[in-house]
Amino acid sequence: MPEFEPITGRYFTMTVADEAMRIYMEEAGSGVPLVCLHTAGSDGRQFRHLMCDPAITDHYRVIAFDMPWHGKSNPPVDYQNREYQLTTSLYKETVTAFCQAMELDNPVVMGCSMGGRIVLHLALEKPDEFRAVIALEGADRLEAYYDTEWLHRPDIHGGQISAAFVSGQVAPQSPDAYRHETLWHYMQGGPGIFKGDLYFYWIDGHFDDRSAQIDTSRCPVYLLSGEYDCSCTPERTEATASRIKGSKAIIMEGMGHFPMSENPALFRDHILPVLDEIRA
Amino acid sequence: MIEVLAEKVNADPGLVRRGHYVSLDFLVGVGETDYIVAVREGRIVATNERRLPMDSVSFAIRAERDVWNEHWKPIPRRDRHDLFSMVAAGLATLDGDLLPFMQNLQYFKDVLAAPRTAIVEGK
Repeated sequence: MPEFEPITGRYFTMTVADEAMRIYMEEAGSGVPLVCLHTAGSDGRQFRHLMCDPAITDHYRVIAFDMPWHGKSNPPVDYQNREYQLTTSLYKETVTAFCQAMELDNPVVMGCSMGGRIVLHLALEKPDEFRAVIALEGADRLEAYYDTEWLHRPDIHGGQISAAFVSGQVAPQSPDAYRHETLWHYMQGGPGIFKGDLYFYWIDGHFDDRSAQIDTSRCPVYLLSGEYDCSCTPERTEATASRIKGSKAIIMEGMGHFPMSENPALFRDHILPVLDEIRA
Repeated sequence: MIEVLAEKVNADPGLVRRGHYVSLDFLVGVGETDYIVAVREGRIVATNERRLPMDSVSFAIRAERDVWNEHWKPIPRRDRHDLFSMVAAGLATLDGDLLPFMQNLQYFKDVLAAPRTAIVEGK
């Protein structure tokens, strides 16, 4: 028999915005539920290293699901007649529907990039439903620096340009094998999906006018961002932390925008103390 | 460092292969100096300082000399480690017909970063 990894994957169907969505999820470990939200244009494979780390899985049930339209989750029926666009309300509803379908009791939710933005919205609106939120590369205010129209047009390969757009978001110090694995996920995204996610990430997800209302005594907030992240920069992370009283910000030196997948060993040094503190 | 561009790119068969469908001239501005880089099927066939204002190209990528020098270090500082990060930080500009650039984005990023390996090798 091969030496299997401890990760198991399953499919189920849940309702989001009155539509049935067939969802793929992976999990490993037992203990406090830790729901992991992938970045824009990628999927739950980004969290595979956390699921294979006994220092985490001995205490946490690590769960990652592919958002509808992403990875091995289906797009909705009739997808061919629609243009995908993720909004703040749809994203919140999707994460909430997942936690309810899984009957999770007071989970920790950790998201990266767009996932790091939505967890802040959840901390604001549902502080008693989550034990804590961890925003990786997540801020309450961002500024777009490129035109997303390039990402979805017939004369440019969508997978290759998506990967090339984000390639500089991996830190130069990160191991080559993990850099290219992270980019491979981007090359495999469906047409227009990265662009549709960026509608939330760049435009619809701003809430620096409300983030100060987050009550960290009810839902602790952790912000971890990489030094080389050029969208959720260290400066934008610290500005977000300054607005969310009681939040804790960590700038990860030598890290980019994809900590859990681009440099798992370095990320471990930063995330283990956070997970220990949440569990204490 | 721009002088080693052709040598470094043409010595990398994987990079040349990824640029197989690229045959055009583009401009790299290093401070006040403009260079025209001629690409044919992924290989750099010429890198010359621009002589005449009418020498035309498909697109132009410009940054200050100190930004490029940092970009070509083995571990560049943030905001200078990648072309798009330079653009995001307002340290580089892109002009012209960007379609062929975007169609081969990773190729052009890697071409522009190719002098980095010359520094690693001590050249």
